[in-house]
Amino acid sequence: MAAFEVGGKTIALDEEGYLENLSDWTPEVAEALAKAEDVTLTSEHWEILNFLREYYEEYQIAPAVRVLTKAVGKRLGADKGNSKYLYSLFPYGPGKQACKYGGLPKPTGCV
Amino acid sequence: MSTKNFLFVNRKAPYGTVYALESLEVVLISAAFEQNVSLAFIDDGVYQITKGQNSKGIGMKNFSPTFRALGDYDITKLYVSTESLAERGLTVDDLMELTYEDADDDYAEKPSIILVNREEMAAMMAEQEVILSF
Repeated sequence: MAAFEVGGKTIALDEEGYLENLSDWTPEVAEALAKAEDVTLTSEHWEILNFLREYYEEYQIAPAVRVLTKAVGKRLGADKGNSKYLYSLFPYGPGKQACKYGGLPKPTGCV
Repeated sequence: MSTKNFLFVNRKAPYGTVYALESLEVVLISAAFEQNVSLAFIDDGVYQITKGQNSKGIGMKNFSPTFRALGDYDITKLYVSTESLAERGLTVDDLMELTYEDADDDYAEKPSIILVNREEMAAMMAEQEVILSF
């Protein structure tokens, strides 16, 4: 998958399916990226995606999963700040999968 | 995996070479592997954590906000050389306010920057198990 179309616009992806240009991201792009992996984004998904995008805006990095889990717990409550909850939303790994849909780079330190 | 004391020594200005950015990437990776990570800023390295950086004119990403995330990664000790600051006409007020939340103290916000002179820096280095210089 090197590129796909959303609303008539061609979006370039890297070899792992992350956006080449972070500025290409729109909510519609997120929906399309998720759909390509048979995921339908719910409001619970969006809560995490929006959180990640805000984190990136503030710190210029996608947080490691451990950091994401802790920060989500602080912001959205302990019932969401745990890996069980996050993996239930993003079974391929909350860092990797959520950052991909959120139009962010792969988290640093993520192998 | 055993935990070791890692020190990353940053001696170069933030832009112009890729050393500072690469160092920060390795720092974040080390912390993700739950190592005990500290940073030192010496020579032009002190410029990496100065306030108000704007890299627009040189077309490089301003990555200085990422230093503010270090507390989230449990990196809470940033040693800064007082001599290096003074030689450049800088004081601690020219540096970003970098803090962490102390989980052992009801998440009180505490400063991460520790000003040290040469002797203190040397003593701190002697306690490290792995030192990486950038």
